[in-house]
Amino acid sequence: MPDGTGLELIAQRVRARLGESSVTGTAYYREQATLEVEPRSVRDVVTFLAREDDEPFEFLASLHGCDYYPAEPRLGVHYQLMSRARVERLNVKTRVSVEAPTVPSVVETFPGANFQEREVYDFFGVIFDGHPDLRRILMPEDYEGFPQRRDFPMGGEDVLFTFNEHKVPRWYE
Amino acid sequence: MTRQKVAAPDDLRIRQLRAQQMLRGDLPEEDLEQYVLERVLTTTFEKAQNWARANAPWPLGFGLACCAIEMITALAGPRNDLARFGAEVTRASPRQADMIIISGRVSIKMAPVIRRIYDQMLEPKWVISMGACASSAGMFNNYALVAGVDKFLPVDVYVPGCPPRPEALTYGVNKLQAKIKGEPDLSWRERYHAEGTEEVA
Repeated sequence: MPDGTGLELIAQRVRARLGESSVTGTAYYREQATLEVEPRSVRDVVTFLAREDDEPFEFLASLHGCDYYPAEPRLGVHYQLMSRARVERLNVKTRVSVEAPTVPSVVETFPGANFQEREVYDFFGVIFDGHPDLRRILMPEDYEGFPQRRDFPMGGEDVLFTFNEHKVPRWYE
Repeated sequence: MTRQKVAAPDDLRIRQLRAQQMLRGDLPEEDLEQYVLERVLTTTFEKAQNWARANAPWPLGFGLACCAIEMITALAGPRNDLARFGAEVTRASPRQADMIIISGRVSIKMAPVIRRIYDQMLEPKWVISMGACASSAGMFNNYALVAGVDKFLPVDVYVPGCPPRPEALTYGVNKLQAKIKGEPDLSWRERYHAEGTEEVA
């Protein structure tokens, strides 16, 4: 694991290469190093860390989405990078709003991110710019809405208990 | 179990005498009365047909989730051998199956597929909804699942449990057999007012 100092060094190298505004912050919590970046520079940061850095993280262990409701901007996309040679991990996080949920795709750098980006699109509605085939992967093609967003209705059916059975119309049928 | 109606003694005697008339000439006169009393049973063609159907409800080799594993042990395992009731021959093609056991949770993406398989089965056909998930989505009350397989299939027998014991599934098959023997061809169509929807072969 990169420790707090190592994380700052990584952030320094990324800023020196890609501009001061590409990295918005760092967080080191419970021995987990996190790099917070601007959404528009995600692809450049991840590609730099994987390919060009002196201590590269060449493997994308996971790519996933998150909804921080009610905090703004709501949606988050997390990239978990790993160096198998040094056995080190680094989180790269970015945040986008529901109104403009666009993040550059990293499929060109990591072909394995293809299905994971489709899954994040399927459940959170994050649009990955430059993805070769961005469509739903788990839900039916004609499904409406993004079911893992926190404001998505639960769905299913009301479970009847004695305290709420009179609120469900025609429950006795 | 629905109890079969036992013919009244007078009725039985009338049918025996009718059979005796039909057999006259084939057997010596002195043996005929004894033969008819001991060996001749009369029934209707529908009853014999339903008896045959009820004792060979071949299930489709089809499973959805964890209940499918339980179904396999109940169908084919030596301990809960469903061959005792003639329902162990899982058919790999819906064209050859009589019965489909919906074993597990049904996602909204899977529901049209199941309905298509059901439509491919030949008449007469029956459906067993196995377990809490197939009957009511069980513990999963969310956006991905169909809460109850009876929303798109006519279910004949519901087997509760999570998963049901093999004995429970066997009992469900027994209930289905009783139903087949009782009123076979209109079973669900009568309930759903769907007479006249049989497939024409």
